[in-house]
Amino acid sequence: MTVESTAARKPRRSAGSKTGTTRTTAQSADAPAVDAPATAAKRVTAKRAATKKPAAKPAGTGADPDLVQLLTPEGRRIKNAAYDPYVAALTSDELRGLYRDMVLTRRFDAEATSLQRQGELGLWASLLGQEAAQIGSGRATRPDDYVFPTYREHGVAWCRDVDPTNLLGMFRGVNNGGWDPSINNFHLYTIVIGSQTLHATGYAMGVAKDGADSAVIAYFGDGASSQGDVAESFTFASVYNAPVVFFCQNNQWAISEPTERQTRVPLYQRAQGYGFPGVRVDGNDVLAVLAVTRWALERARRGEGPTLVEAFTYRMGDHTTSDDASRYRHDDERVAWEAKDPIARLRTYLEASNHADEGFFAELEAESESLGRRVREVVRAMPDPDPFAMFEHTYADGHALVDEERAQFAAYQASFADVEEA
Amino acid sequence: MALAKAINESLRKALESDPKVLIMGEDVGKLGGVFRVTDGLQKDFGEDRVIDTPLAESGIVGTAIGLALRGYRPVVEIQFDGFVFPAYDQIVTQLAKMHARALGKIKLPIVIRIPYGGGIGAVEHHSESPEALFAHVAGLKVVSPANASDAYWMMQQAIQSNDPVIFFEPKRRYWDKAEVDVEAIPGPLHKAKVVREGTDLTLAAYGPMVKLCLEVANAAAEEGRSLEVLDLRSVSPLDFDTVQASVEKTRRLVVVHEAPVFFGSGAEIAARITERCFYHLEAPVLRVGGYHAPYPPARLEDEYLPSLDRVLDAVDRSFAY
Ligand SMILES: Cc1ncc(C[n+]2csc(CCOP(=O)(O)OP(=O)(O)O)c2C)c(N)n1
Repeated sequence: MTVESTAARKPRRSAGSKTGTTRTTAQSADAPAVDAPATAAKRVTAKRAATKKPAAKPAGTGADPDLVQLLTPEGRRIKNAAYDPYVAALTSDELRGLYRDMVLTRRFDAEATSLQRQGELGLWASLLGQEAAQIGSGRATRPDDYVFPTYREHGVAWCRDVDPTNLLGMFRGVNNGGWDPSINNFHLYTIVIGSQTLHATGYAMGVAKDGADSAVIAYFGDGASSQGDVAESFTFASVYNAPVVFFCQNNQWAISEPTERQTRVPLYQRAQGYGFPGVRVDGNDVLAVLAVTRWALERARRGEGPTLVEAFTYRMGDHTTSDDASRYRHDDERVAWEAKDPIARLRTYLEASNHADEGFFAELEAESESLGRRVREVVRAMPDPDPFAMFEHTYADGHALVDEERAQFAAYQASFADVEEA
Repeated sequence: MALAKAINESLRKALESDPKVLIMGEDVGKLGGVFRVTDGLQKDFGEDRVIDTPLAESGIVGTAIGLALRGYRPVVEIQFDGFVFPAYDQIVTQLAKMHARALGKIKLPIVIRIPYGGGIGAVEHHSESPEALFAHVAGLKVVSPANASDAYWMMQQAIQSNDPVIFFEPKRRYWDKAEVDVEAIPGPLHKAKVVREGTDLTLAAYGPMVKLCLEVANAAAEEGRSLEVLDLRSVSPLDFDTVQASVEKTRRLVVVHEAPVFFGSGAEIAARITERCFYHLEAPVLRVGGYHAPYPPARLEDEYLPSLDRVLDAVDRSFAY
């Protein structure tokens, strides 16, 4: 359709049409609290309540013997015979690079959150707090590996060289994807929880059939671990010895539900039942995540099959900009996790070990500012899509019904132009 | 009372009056659901009655079937329309058919609540209208209220139904307020209502589109056309008698729904009404709905969804015959 005909289009009679009305996003509905009295029908069968706290809550501190950690929350490097070799060769440059990735990713994320607040985005899923889990694992991948994200993997996308502004299209509502996955081997975001773990497994089965030595990594959350698709992907990956790494970011919450509402055993232990290894890594420790993911990807490449990596981390913000975490979780939990911040931790280490000086941090601050500016400008300039885009790409080979409806739509649109002229 | 609040009150009443009623779903407890429809219910009825489930739709519906076999009446929430499909297998292959397979000896009084439809500027999978996919399946009942009063009463009736009911809640109307008479005696669950009388053409709709059709009728009245508006309320079973009576009077019918027109509920209505009213019709039954395309990104949904203008356009086309 031409620009002119769009401009000519005016609703004929819809004085009260929706154009220009303020939208309410889905979850922003915050109906007033129901103030009803406790009722007699309240029945407590405590004996059998399925809601008792599990006896062994997965531990979340460095004191957890099963947690792989190379950098303590205080930024002190600790030895780990098994995983040290995977990061031993990191140069100062590379260490600073990891820091830079995390800082810029956090900056991008903060910018997107504020763009949502300003009405430029309809929704945003923040990764705040999960930078190390994403950068550590993302940097462990090779260009020929293939990544299947969920909807919060902005840091992984960064590592795969996806232009961050491409991630914003679907949150702004101008597209349902926004990039060509084949360019960076970074698949489209997947909103239906868990689906992509099966795609990753199938892709990995294909890689193995082709005799290639690349690997596949699938991201999902602790909530997603409950989905049948995820269980089925474990089964397939195991049975076919697929070169896939299942990377679970356990950020402790699936919207309002804590991990205990999904599992009674630590998630990494699930792998055992399927016959492949599971590892829990400190998800706020970028070095440990990098090391563990490298190890798992190398196993896959060597034909040793799948691995489950559970990155133990924390979602610092709300689930999305439509959520209000204060309804279901306590602030002290967040405060405790702030002390384990992935960025502060690496900074302390870089400074203490003379890998970075003031100049580096100052330069990075400037770079971060300019990234923020660019993101703002690009988003504000993002045009609304052409209405005819609706009819594009429904089928690869065309479809008579779509052609017919497109023609009807065109005639309908043109009728407004006629009215204008008349 | 807002439509969401009316459902909340209805669920509260059901929990109070029948200890076998359970509420299940993701985030329905502490959070009160992402739309707050179950707000406060867990606080008042406990975690045993209002159950935060694992993030697993097949699990939610499959276990609800087991609970129903054991004598409970689960009301489960699917968080958004696009997330019902992991549970679709359980709904279609198990829930819908078990009564028949057990020669009527098993009853599965389960309500599956699904906030559905677009118009709220959401991302992918949050704006779909899959009602035809359920109406096509024998053994399921499919209903959708259009206002707070019906939301309240239809939920009561759905919970009392001994058949599984897919309860589609028009999410864009959650915040619309209307009077709810909680003492009233409700009409039958599956009966359509004439919500505006007219003589020249019938608009048939349900759920979110009823309000739009009333606006269309107002606009058409200014142009001297008298449109009758039907709120179908139930998609399966569908009250063809009420549609027929209206069409015999007005002689023209336009069906409006958000779901794609192709193989949609409008197609069924058009076919049946053509059979029943062939000699009364002055024009073919027309349909207004979504296109044969994936639900578009938010910035295009106004073009995709039936609008005042698109329905008026169909009205014009009907009169042009
Ligand atoms: C199949 C399905 N059901 C429900 C939802 C709604 N939903 C979106 S995100 C979410 C929680 C996901 O939690 P988790 O897997 O832990 O990932 P996180 O967002 O915490 O990273 C839910 C329930 C969905 N997107 N898909």
